Amino acid sequence: MNKQLAWGVGLVALVALPFVYRDPYHLHILVLILIWSFAYTSWSMMGRFGLVSLGHGGFMGVGAYVTALLWNHLGVSPWIGIPAAMLCAGALALVVAYPCFRFRITGHYFALVTLALSGIVLQIIIATRDYTGGSLGYTPERTKGSHILALQFDDKVVWYLIALGVWAGGLAVWYWIDRSMSRYAMEAISEDEDAAAAAGVNVTAEKLRITVISAVMTAMAGALYGQYQMFIAPDTVSGIAVSLQMVFAAVVGGIYVALGPTIGAIITIMLAEVLRIGFGTKAVGWDNLVYGVLLVVFIIFLPKGILGSLLDLLKSSGKRKNR
Amino acid sequence: MEIFDIYLLEALVNGILLGGVLALLALGLNLIFGVIDVTWICYAELVMIGMYGMYYLFSVYHLPYWVAAPLCILLVAALGAALHFLVISPLLGAPPINQLLATGGVLFVLQSFATVAFGIDFRNLGIRLPVLALGEMHFSYARLLAFGAALIGMVAVYLFMTRTYTGTAIRAIAQDRQIMALMGVDTKKIYLVTSALGGGLAGLAACLLVLQYDVHPFVGLSFGPITFLICVLGGLGNFVGGFVAAFLFAEIISLGGLFSDLEWGYVLAFAFFIVMMFIRPAGLLAKRS
Repeated sequence: MNKQLAWGVGLVALVALPFVYRDPYHLHILVLILIWSFAYTSWSMMGRFGLVSLGHGGFMGVGAYVTALLWNHLGVSPWIGIPAAMLCAGALALVVAYPCFRFRITGHYFALVTLALSGIVLQIIIATRDYTGGSLGYTPERTKGSHILALQFDDKVVWYLIALGVWAGGLAVWYWIDRSMSRYAMEAISEDEDAAAAAGVNVTAEKLRITVISAVMTAMAGALYGQYQMFIAPDTVSGIAVSLQMVFAAVVGGIYVALGPTIGAIITIMLAEVLRIGFGTKAVGWDNLVYGVLLVVFIIFLPKGILGSLLDLLKSSGKRKNR
Repeated sequence: MEIFDIYLLEALVNGILLGGVLALLALGLNLIFGVIDVTWICYAELVMIGMYGMYYLFSVYHLPYWVAAPLCILLVAALGAALHFLVISPLLGAPPINQLLATGGVLFVLQSFATVAFGIDFRNLGIRLPVLALGEMHFSYARLLAFGAALIGMVAVYLFMTRTYTGTAIRAIAQDRQIMALMGVDTKKIYLVTSALGGGLAGLAACLLVLQYDVHPFVGLSFGPITFLICVLGGLGNFVGGFVAAFLFAEIISLGGLFSDLEWGYVLAFAFFIVMMFIRPAGLLAKRS
């Protein structure tokens, strides 16, 4: 009960925050953290079961570009565009993941096949530069009519609340999976596929379900990011660099606990901002240098991430007290 | 129709020339994977560092190319050994995916190190090699040289692997890593030698690529993913498969680029890769089980 109370109080405090404190810069950072947390959480849903995908940059790119292209070229409202983009990403995930799982492509091979996927999405965005603007990036057109219909708001508070809602939704999905039979099936699969199959787990179906959920949520994060920033470029929402960025933020925070990816997003975004403010233009490259070193150090010494290791520490000290 | 055929032939030959360098890159990565069972996601970034090494040795310190190249190969070989010693060896017992991610971290480190140390300007050696005209086709000497040197490098590695004691030990470890320790082979040493060899191949590739392309911190992203795909297509750790796959890929990119933009060549190559993964998941030359 205490845990639920703590969650409730935390959520209420987060909802109340913009009404008390509305510095636009800090709100902007918070919105970015929430959107990226949502993306990282989506990635971890697969990552925690040993399905390391380097293709999530591709799903994010699909989310962002399909939404923006539908709006600019066909005038379809993002309210329809975002679900459409999510459908596209889900279909893409199915097309790539089904044969992968069917033919038992796992581990290194899976990571590299998905790497090809994010490469394809990036190259297609660049190759169709007549529609997508190529490497120069793409801007959804400013609406002349209703802001709500176009999902374009100038007020950061609105965006903060939207991002908060989506982020909380992401955590809810995490808990839903955490408490479902799928979780046990997936854990069994990540330990030993053959044994899991022998125990009556439909390996392909379970893996597919989690992959599609993860891909669809990542596409939603991409679409939201595009709507919020009003500018998307292949390098910032798609491609291998984005995929790797997702992986390392999630790993640094901890992929086995619900709030781990969020912690990862807070750390990486704050780090980038602090370095940017501290060093100005001289900081170009430094943030990634620190990220990279952190990632290597974390994987060697703290593979469970910051939050995961902290929780373990609390648990073991708690046990000692009880004894 | 006549002109069209000439262009087609030129694209075909250029594809073969590109394939030579790609095969060299794939060989280094395959070696590491086959022996140590680790994928260096940062492999192309080692090449990038090697290209910067060439740039500095040649253009800043004014060493002749033939002196700079061996130095550069040694530098990247040392880097490969250091990578193994610092990052991979503490993780040898960890799940393979952790090793993959750790080298992903190294990718970020090398990329941003290059950004911080060398800036984001495009640099080149400023060597303009002449163009060879054969009938109405044009080939750059840089590509021919790269192709020749890549072939020589691959033959040298083949001889090393089959004719020396260390090479034999490396191949033996690739077959069974537990038993070899019992046979009196120091696996740690062999791993280190293999990493240095893999690094050296990256260095050789860097010396050749720097003749054709400008170097910048993100140059690794333009051929790194292709290299992984070639290795997987050929079957990770399968040297012959990697060799065949490199030429297949190079032809697809080259011919795709002929009929449309270069990006569509890449898209085709990637799509070909994904389709092939479903037809032959264990690699082009794998025996059907």
